[in-house]
Order: sequence, then C-alpha cells, then structure tokens
Amino acid sequence: MNALLEVKGLHVDIPLEAGVLHAVRNVDIAVERGKTLALVGESGCGKSLSVLSIMDLLPSKAAWTADSIFFDGQNLEQVTAGQMADIRGSKIAMIFQEPMTSLNPCYTIGNQLEEALLRHKSVSRQAAQDRAVFLLEKVGITAATSRLKQYPHQLSGGLRQRVMIAMGLMCDPPLIIADEPTTALDVTIQAQILALLASIQEEFDMGMILITHDLGVVARIADTVNIMYCGQVVESGEANDLFETPLHPYTQGLLRCIPIPGKTNPGSHLGSIPGMVPTPIGDQTGCVFQNRCDYVFAGCMTTAVEQTAVASGRTYRCLLSPEKCKKNIKQA
Amino acid sequence: MMEATGPFKDVSFPTPMQMTFRQAKRHKGFLIGGTVLVLIILMALTAPILAPHDPYKQDLSNRLKGPIWHAEGTWDHPLGTDNLGRDYLSRVMYGARISLLIGVAAMLISGVIGTIMGVAAGYFGGKVDMVISALITVRLALPIMLVALAVVALVGGSLLIVVLVLGLMIWNRFALVIRASTQQLRAMDYVNAAKTSGCSTLRIIITEIMPNILNNLIVVATLEITRAILIEAGLSFLGMGVQPPLPSWGLMVAEAKEFMLFSPWMIMIPGGAIFALVLSINLLGDGIRDITAPEGR
Amino acid sequence: MTTALLQTEDVTKVYKISTGIFKGKQSLTAANGINLDVNEGEVMGLVGESGCGKSTVAKIILGLEKATSGNVIFAGAPIAGMDRQEMSRRIQPIFQDPYSSLNPRKSIEAIVSLPYRVHKVGDKRAMQVRVAEILETVGLPARMRYSYPNQLSGGQRQRVAIARALMMSPELVICDEPTSALDVSVQSQILNLLLDLQEQQGLTYLVITHNLCVVEHIATRVAVMYLGRIVEEAETKALFANPRHPYTHALLASVLTPEPQLGLPETHLGIAYPNPIDPPSGCTFHPRCPQATDVCKQARPETRVEAGHLVECHHPH
Repeated sequence: MNALLEVKGLHVDIPLEAGVLHAVRNVDIAVERGKTLALVGESGCGKSLSVLSIMDLLPSKAAWTADSIFFDGQNLEQVTAGQMADIRGSKIAMIFQEPMTSLNPCYTIGNQLEEALLRHKSVSRQAAQDRAVFLLEKVGITAATSRLKQYPHQLSGGLRQRVMIAMGLMCDPPLIIADEPTTALDVTIQAQILALLASIQEEFDMGMILITHDLGVVARIADTVNIMYCGQVVESGEANDLFETPLHPYTQGLLRCIPIPGKTNPGSHLGSIPGMVPTPIGDQTGCVFQNRCDYVFAGCMTTAVEQTAVASGRTYRCLLSPEKCKKNIKQA
Repeated sequence: MMEATGPFKDVSFPTPMQMTFRQAKRHKGFLIGGTVLVLIILMALTAPILAPHDPYKQDLSNRLKGPIWHAEGTWDHPLGTDNLGRDYLSRVMYGARISLLIGVAAMLISGVIGTIMGVAAGYFGGKVDMVISALITVRLALPIMLVALAVVALVGGSLLIVVLVLGLMIWNRFALVIRASTQQLRAMDYVNAAKTSGCSTLRIIITEIMPNILNNLIVVATLEITRAILIEAGLSFLGMGVQPPLPSWGLMVAEAKEFMLFSPWMIMIPGGAIFALVLSINLLGDGIRDITAPEGR
Repeated sequence: MTTALLQTEDVTKVYKISTGIFKGKQSLTAANGINLDVNEGEVMGLVGESGCGKSTVAKIILGLEKATSGNVIFAGAPIAGMDRQEMSRRIQPIFQDPYSSLNPRKSIEAIVSLPYRVHKVGDKRAMQVRVAEILETVGLPARMRYSYPNQLSGGQRQRVAIARALMMSPELVICDEPTSALDVSVQSQILNLLLDLQEQQGLTYLVITHNLCVVEHIATRVAVMYLGRIVEEAETKALFANPRHPYTHALLASVLTPEPQLGLPETHLGIAYPNPIDPPSGCTFHPRCPQATDVCKQARPETRVEAGHLVECHHPH
C-alpha cells in the first residue's frame, strides 16, 4: 500500500464548563499519494478538528491522542514542536476556507509566496521568486510576474484562493489539506478551483485531504470518502461505491435531503433527517445516530457500535447487516 | 419506530443571564474590586452614623497626633488628627462621600451626553456622524484640567462647579465607544427585522440597540468614574476644586503636603484611599468587560 | 389571469463608494433597471452570484433601502407612498444568517411577538396565544418561548425567524438565502416547512439564492441576475431545460450534484472577474463569455421576450 498518511484511533477532547466535549472519537484517516480523501460531514462533526490535530494546530485547551499517526514513514507522535513546524508547510500544506482573510493584507503576494519557500529551504531569493512565478502560472494566473507586486486586496476571492494553492505548493509537499476551499466562492469559480486542485494533484502526485460539507463536491472529485457524524466516522469507502450504495442510514438520509435538478420532483417534500445532532459531552451509550435513525431498535441504545468492514477499505458503523442496509436504499 | 433517548445525556445551555452570573463568581479581579468598592461605598453611606467624630470639629490642642500604629496613637483617633486637630478617620470616611458623589454624578451627566451622541452618530451615519465626530474632535482638543482651571478662576470653585465641568467634558470616550458599537449593531439582521416589523427608529434604538451596547457602556462608565475622581483630586490639590473645610481626599493630600517629612502618614492615608478606590473600580470594570465579552457560539 | 402582486419598474440603485483618499467617490451600480413581476401565489427565484445585486433588490422591496430611481408597486400601489407599518403587515423578510437575525438579549417570545406588539393587535394574553400558535406552526415546542437564541441551533433559529415573519400573516415573504447558512439535513427541513406554509397560508415568495438546486426545487419562475441586470427570466422548467443566456448555461453547468459519474464540469469562463465599480463596456458579461463577438463589446444587448422567456443577449441559444 502506498499510504502517505495513516491515522488510527484519533481522539480529540475539549474541556468545557458543562463537561468534556469528545469532539473526535476513534477516527481513522488514510490517504495515498495521488489520491483524494474527502472528510464529509455537517457542522460540528469534527472534520476540521481531526485535521488540525494531525497538524498539531489545535487550540491550547484541546487535547488529542491517537493510536498511531504515520506520515510518509515518520511517526508524528514522536516529533517535537519544532520538527512539526518544519513539516507544516514543507511536507503538509493547508488551504483554508476564507480566501479573504488567509492572506496578510500588509505584504505583497510575491512576498508571502517567497516566504513560504524561504522558511523551509535555504534557496536564493531569486530562486524563490522564480518558483513563485512558475506556480502562479500553474494555477492559471496570467501576467504572473506583475502579480507578485500586488497586494491581496487587489485580487478577487477566486484569485486569492488560487494564490493560496500556489503558496501551498511552494515547497512541493506530498500532502495537501484543503479545508472547505470553495465554500466561500461563487459557484462558477468553484468548479474551476476544484478542477485546478485535481489537475495539480495529478501532476505533482500529491495526496489530498478535502474537508467539506458539500456532497456534490465530494462526489465529483474524491477517490475515497469518510462520512463523519458527531465526531465519528460512520461510513467510509470509494466514492463511486459509496454514492451508488450508501449503507449507513445517515449517509442515506443525507443523500435524500439534497434536491437534484432533473431527479427530485419539484415542489415535493425533500427527504429529511428528523431531530438534531447531539452534543458529545460525557459518555456515549449506544449508537451515535440512534435519536434520528429510521431503523433504530433496542440494541442501538446499548451497544457500542464498531465499524463493519464490507470489503477492503469499505466500512460502515451500524448494527444492521449490509443486506438490510442495501434494502433500505430501495425502500426509501 | 422506537423512541430513542439519544447517545449522550442532554446538556442544557444556560441563558445569557445565568452565564454572566457564573463567570462573575469566578473572576478574581471582579470579586476583589467589587468587594473593596462595596466596602468603600458602605463606609461612605454609614459615615454619619459610624464616624467617631465630627470631621469639621477642630481641636488645636490635639493637633498632629499620629495614628494608632504610632507610640502616641490612641483609639480615640485611630488614624490620628490633622494640623487643625480634626479626626482623620472621620475625614476619610466623609471624604469617600465626596469622591463617590463626584465620580458618579460626573459619570451620569457625561454618560447621558456621550451615549446620545454616540448612538446618534453610529445609527444615523452620514451628516449626523460628521457633525458629532467634529464635536468629539473639538472636545479632544481641549485639555480638561485647563478648562476646569479657567472655569474655576471665573466663577470660583465648589462641589457643584467641579461636577458640572467634569460632566460636560468627559463624555468623549462614551461617545466614541458607543458610536463604534452602534455602527456594528446597525448592520445586524435583527435590526433590519425590527425595521420591517414596523418599529419606529426610537423603538429600535431603545429595544434592539441599547441592550446590546450595555456591556460596553458599563465598562466605560466605570472608567469614567475613576477619571472624574482623579481629576477632582487633582483640582482640589491645586486649590481649584472643592474648597476647604470639605474633607475631599485631594484637598487632604494638599493640606498634608507641608507636613510630609515629619508626619508622612498624613499624606499617605488619603493618597492610599484614592488609590484603593480607583483601583477597585478599575478592577471591577475590567472584570465586567471580561465577563460580558461576546459569548462564543 | 393572475395579478402581479409585486412589480418593480426599472429599479436602479447606485451607491457612492470612496475608493481611496485621493480618488474621491465612485459610483457602484448595484441594481441597474430591474423589472421584476411576482404573481400572487408564485414562488419567484432570484439567482445570481456575489455582487450581482440580488440582495440590494430585496432590501429595496423591503423598504430598507431607497431606490435611486424606478418604482416598486405592491398590490397596485407604489410602496414609496406606503406607511411603514402597513408595509410591514404585508411584506416580511427571512434573512440568511440565523445568528444575526435574532437579538441575543431577547427571549424567543419577545423576538417573535415584536410585529404583534408594534401593531398593538391585542393584549398580552392574546399575544401569548398567538406566539404559541405560530411556534407550533413552524415546528417548535411552545415552551421554547422562554429560551434565548444562544440556546438554539441554527435550524431552530431559522424557524424562529420564519415564525416572526408569519406573525402578522403577510402576503409576500422575501427569503434572502434562507437556507445557505444551514447544514444539508436542516436545509431540507426548512425547505419542506417553507413549501408547506406556502400552501397552507397562500403565501407568495421571492426566494433569493445562489443555490440552483434549491431554486429548481421550490421556484415556479426564475430570474438570473448578473452585475445588476436580469439577464434571463423564465418558468423554472423552461430555464433549466433550455437556458438561453451563456451565463445561465455556465451557472447550470457549475452545479455539482452528488453524481460521481459526471466528473467535473468545464464552464469555459476564464478567470477574469468583473469589477462592479468599473463594469465592462457593452454587454457586461463579454470578458467571460465563450461566445463573445465584437458587437458584445460595443453595445448593450436588447431584452428579448419569447413565450414568457426573457433573455438579454446578442447571441442567445
């Protein structure tokens, strides 16, 4: 296996006044070179926190543990803070959601791009500049040399996000993490940025973790998917397989909620998931989805549900058998 | 389909009031500042009942007696007597009334002026904002002390004059802070919702905007009380504020100046009192600001 | 023939923006001659991306902004002359952000009953009855009236906003991105609620959004805006089946549905991004249009209407 990043048993706890918030529980993440893993879930499911804990960027109050974290052969639990800072940026790049606030308004684009490289590798300023121009052109920005002297406020949101992608690539990292990279962008720009990410990933043979709540984005660009709900991974597998045969009731419910032009009947009721996401404070008894599931039975409230593996890499976290789950898709 | 109780025990979130109380109970600065301030206020309120002597009664045979920790001190005058034989403890107790009265009165007057100006400038923007901002700039160009001195030189100093001058001068911080807060709140959707519900402008300002600027308002109010107290102490020290024989702490510091070398306690006691009052109000104000900081979602 | 409940006639809104200390004020035309008719009982969708002016149009209709020129006619009468209180009985908004549309210092009862109390419809008892009624209508428990916004989830807050809007039984509800800030599972709940309420109470909606899937699902007619102009308008089915303007085409192509076999769309739009303060000449879409010709750079296109399908393009499909 070509595993670039392999995380097993990730836990993130945040102490709050009302108790300890178990924001992430027993999460596994696996990314290969040249492939995209999507972490999908609604707000509060822990997808951003999972990734921030891998990068060691959690707020000071939060505490994370993992059974194992291996990145490119290196055990990330044993690195010092300084070594982790070196890895961040040069080996793992991160792109955030808000292009308007990700760039420092006081420095030029060129300055920030060069800094991304110079921080990690001792090369000449000229070499850094050349690489910046090269990457700006790669991300589709024309007249790259003159753009270097521009300030962030002179660029639109879509252009800024392209600059962020270029910045992430400055050190040629093997892994890129994109946290909701297109959520704040217009729909017509979104498709372009996603296509850009896909082509860059292929060209530089990078692994990518894409965090999003948008199932449409996931379907079109991801290779493997982890569906997260309330801090746990409830289903994972190859994207094509998962969308064709969603097993977990939550995944099925989510897909029924989305209106698809041409497929869902306009004006009719959309599928919905009744209830609200629980707040994971204190001990968990039973399945995390029990209070919103259409197929809940007595066992769901008492058994701690583990992941069931249907095939290699294809898992779901439910007490129902795979056959029953497949039948549920057809019934809905 | 069965009714499931949910994987986690239900956690109820407190109301804004409850959250404020909980945080207040834990904040050290708030508690210390609050306690000292309450003590000083109690001292001021109960002065007529608890003060051992009349603060104006002079007894020249008994002048410059040291406080209780000196060899000559007696419990009859626990904090000693001043150069005219007046009991120091009683003067300190009555002095608290003056400081608090001036602080609160000046804060109220300037608060009303500053809040009205700040809300008007922040809510209406445009020309109203231009005019009010110009007024604030003019006010900032005038040094308070010099204006106070000029006024006192013209009409003489007294408690009333000091309160009026301060009240009409120290509203600038109110105006600026309230203006900034109101500008932020004006863009909120609930203000738009109130407009589309048919609320009049005045109603919107009072019911939608004011409750949300109350936090900042309280913090600024505590700061302005201390500002007023310190300026009054300064003016009285210069002989331009409250006139003798009123036991203003600033005046007591001035009167004790001559005796500083041989009876240092005379200057340290009222000085310490001013320090304690100002510090406690500042701690309280800081505490309120921390406690009422935007509750994270 | 159904009567138009709302008509905007050539509504234009120009803002003066200061673009720097020495550059003085420049004009930003947020809405440029908008002609929109919303019929009674209809759900009109107004779609467009950021900066197209759809929110500005909403604010003008609600009376929160004054149009620089043009008229808004509601039920036959211009709103410019209407009393603010009367307007508020008949036209109500639902805003996008459930976190800023509720006053954090007020209880749910105080928030929802505001229109009732402002119009002095009844006494306190009658108000409480109505609040309980309306909370139930939007699917919230009546005891929630004592809670505060910080204790509610995003979906619950949006329901409260809907309850407040329906308090006075309005005729027209302007929904400005009603579900954009909500999770997918909550979004469908709110959309179902909006559809039910429309049927039960005979409401007319103007739904403003950038989400084409939502619009296709709930709107009867759709208008597409670009840089302050309506570039296409038609019945939903017709627009989605046969988009005539290149921008609508690109917009529809950009929609990413959860169908993995379709891959990523190619919109052929290029990376030029319009500056609303200095819009392109002629047809404002020409720098990004894959079909632009010389005439597109020089002249503004005419508005053509064929069988209820409006399009503003030199070379419509």
